[in-house]
Amino acid sequence: MPAEADATLAALSDQLILAAVLFYVIAMLGYALELAFGRASARSSAAGTPAQEAAAQEAAAVPAEAALATVGGGATTAPEKDGDATASPEPGGDAGTGARAPAGGRGPSPWVLRAGPAALVLSWIGFALNLGSLLTRGLAAGRWPWGNMYEFVVAMCLAAMGAFLLMQLRYPIRFLGASVSAAAALGLGFAVHSLHVETGPAMVALNSYWIAIHVSAAIIASGLFIVAGACGVIYLIRNDAAVHLPTREELDRVAHRAIVIGFPIWTFAVIAGALWADKAWGRYWGWDPKEVWAFITWVVYAGYLHARATAGWKGRAATAVQLVAFASLLFNLIGVNIFFEGLHSYAELPG
Amino acid sequence: MTVTETPDRTAEARPAKLGAAGWARWFWRTLTSMRTALILLFLFALASVPGSVWPQRGVSDAKVAQYYTDSPELAEWLDRLWLFDVFKAPWFAAIYLLLFISLVGCVLPRTAAHLRELRRKPPAAPRNLSRLPQRAVLDGDLTVEEAARRLRKLRFRVTTGPGWAAGEKGYLRETGNLLFHVALLGLLISVGVGSLYGYRGNVLIVEGDGFANTVAAYDRYMPGTQVNAESLEPFSFTLEDFQATYIARGEKRGQALDYSARLAVSDRPGAAERTYELKVNEPLDVNGTMTYLLDHGYAPTFKITDGSGQVAFEGSVPCLVVQPATFASECVIKIPDAQPRQLGIMVAFLPSAVPTQDGEWTSVFPGAANPAAQVYGAFAGDLGMKDGRPQSVYEIPAEILKKMTPLVMKADPLEVGQKLDLPGGAGSIEFTGVKEWIALQITHDPGRMPALLSAALATVALVFSLTIRRRRVWVRAGDGGAEAGGLTRTEGGDFGEEFARVVAALNHGPNDGAKNAR
Ligand code: HEM
Repeated sequence: MPAEADATLAALSDQLILAAVLFYVIAMLGYALELAFGRASARSSAAGTPAQEAAAQEAAAVPAEAALATVGGGATTAPEKDGDATASPEPGGDAGTGARAPAGGRGPSPWVLRAGPAALVLSWIGFALNLGSLLTRGLAAGRWPWGNMYEFVVAMCLAAMGAFLLMQLRYPIRFLGASVSAAAALGLGFAVHSLHVETGPAMVALNSYWIAIHVSAAIIASGLFIVAGACGVIYLIRNDAAVHLPTREELDRVAHRAIVIGFPIWTFAVIAGALWADKAWGRYWGWDPKEVWAFITWVVYAGYLHARATAGWKGRAATAVQLVAFASLLFNLIGVNIFFEGLHSYAELPG
Repeated sequence: MTVTETPDRTAEARPAKLGAAGWARWFWRTLTSMRTALILLFLFALASVPGSVWPQRGVSDAKVAQYYTDSPELAEWLDRLWLFDVFKAPWFAAIYLLLFISLVGCVLPRTAAHLRELRRKPPAAPRNLSRLPQRAVLDGDLTVEEAARRLRKLRFRVTTGPGWAAGEKGYLRETGNLLFHVALLGLLISVGVGSLYGYRGNVLIVEGDGFANTVAAYDRYMPGTQVNAESLEPFSFTLEDFQATYIARGEKRGQALDYSARLAVSDRPGAAERTYELKVNEPLDVNGTMTYLLDHGYAPTFKITDGSGQVAFEGSVPCLVVQPATFASECVIKIPDAQPRQLGIMVAFLPSAVPTQDGEWTSVFPGAANPAAQVYGAFAGDLGMKDGRPQSVYEIPAEILKKMTPLVMKADPLEVGQKLDLPGGAGSIEFTGVKEWIALQITHDPGRMPALLSAALATVALVFSLTIRRRRVWVRAGDGGAEAGGLTRTEGGDFGEEFARVVAALNHGPNDGAKNAR
């Protein structure tokens, strides 16, 4: 392991991260535009309005299920809903629906319809820059690129964006783009502003292949939990009149999917952490503050999964539980490092 | 095994009226037990929070002690509520024991139900397949037998009746769920076994010294209640050398790069010695008894002559690190054998000493580039060690110091080989060299492997439980046409895609005209 970091690579890494923030911010604006104007119009056009070509493009970009879900969802929550619309969820099934769509007869300008797909492209570029920044930083120091809090936060933003981008390949969740890219941009901004340290060798205790296993798993799980958390927040703040937002059912389903994938990964991360602690500190579990909060996070997410299977706890209550779990995840990442001193404070030799 | 499952099972087996009653009873039981489990889970999480707010014994003893010095009354109260021992507290134990009792109460009947379910055939096709969430018209004249054969090929568990075939798969979900919960139980038991039959001890060793694994050799020994002192693994070792390397330049100057302790280990009495490089992530393992490198520091050596001209002390003194960034340390030497009066000497050890502008001395680097020992207090008198009360080797209590006669206050730093004469013919102190000490933890935990296996089983079972869905497919054939319908009994994912594949397999080839009339 080189004692000196490669300064050029390190500087490149710092440049890349700024570029990533820029792309995330612009992407966020694109998603927001689509949220504000695009969805309602996509819905109305799917039901047979003039802007049909754009809608066809749109529908091709997402699985057919998505278009259906959008139509069905819109019909049940739109203030103008009527029995007719709910009963015939097939696109174009009823020529009259178009007139009742929120956008009325006037289709939005085509550039609004392109905002969503464009934002997606920008997000992928931002993601690549974010990844590049992390890789160059790791290369500069000749080690895994998550050895301190700055790198950890950068990696979490990458994971959140990655979870979103991968999930949207399979599920129609572009509506999450605005919140996820906002969170990623803010997270990176926070990291650059408040956490940045010069790259270099990690603490001695971190010189282990376990860092690759344990921390990577924790980061991936966190990325998925961030996506779920974004759904949860929208779920709670959305009111019934907000037709341009996805329905609660959609949000709930996406959050559940993210957590169902994230939870076993988190479980694995905690166990890998215990294995590492067993190597490094002479016990696999010692109730160090970081361990306490990883445990709390785990238990509350387990509570969420239970709540979803418990009558009377589905929906809003389960979402609240999910957000409590998410809060403890974030607290563990940031709060514990600041408020409590423990073996995990990457500043001292354990002991 | 979701809440929605058993209803149709009971409904199948019983007439409608009784079925409803059974349904209600079952529902009530599930509701209460799941709700209890849920509440206990939250309590479990909530009860852990104080464990991170207050310092815990065994994790940060020094801070607990600090609490007692800073606010003794508050500390008393916190201690009465077990807030310094949250994870050993009776109220904490009450929560997890209740949780695990609830878990057993939950898992046992579910296991029985699952075993019955495994032996039961998939239910008959509903009269009207078109009410199912997934349905398709099949082409050709598929016979029931052929449909059953094709479903079996897709690894469905299949049964047939007049004009229909029923298939079901995804039983592993429930198996996974049950195994997961059982594995959690296994984990709890392993942890319990570990704490009853395991032990943990700490010892500090200076370069050149040895250690043999007996209770008496430990500075601090924490056995489980069921450990017998004779059962300690009889190994021994000598610390031949300790090396720490640091970053020499740049912003991170002084940060440690690596630690390595060379041990000559003898696995059994009389066994040949082997060399082991002990490092932070590489503990020494002797038949499951693990030795870990936890900490290190300096142990300067001194030769102290007393007022009568005798060598009263010769050897190393482990020092406490005061400044972790530079390893500036403090050492205390107590010499009860000194004549005519006992001596107590306090030394600041600076591994890389430099003078500061105001005439003081400080250390600028953790490595021993320019080691210096500065006597900043030498006292003669009664060390107060005879009353039998144990004293820390790292300090002389203030009330005892007050009664002793000060000889030296803040002398000039000594380099290796230099000597300081104590005034009034009280003797002299010579700084003879620098050694290092390491702090080790030695652990034997028989629950380690079982805990690992339980945790691994829990993770794998959890993946099954969360990713597999129970799904049913029915085919009705006859009258020159055939149709298929399907549903999932547990949520997550969309069944549509898989159903389409099933339909394709039921048809002769993929996509030859199946109308997925969703
Ligand atoms: C240490 C405590 C517990 C933990 C960490 C835990 C964790 C979990 C997790 C992660 C799941 C999700 C797996 C799935 O959905 O299939 C689950 C499911 C389940 N747990 Fe627990 N559990 C605990 C205790 C209990 C107890 C005490 C009960 C019974 C009262 C119980 C009953 C269930 C049931 C019925 C499910 C299945 C829910 C479904 O089918 O979706 N669990 N548990």
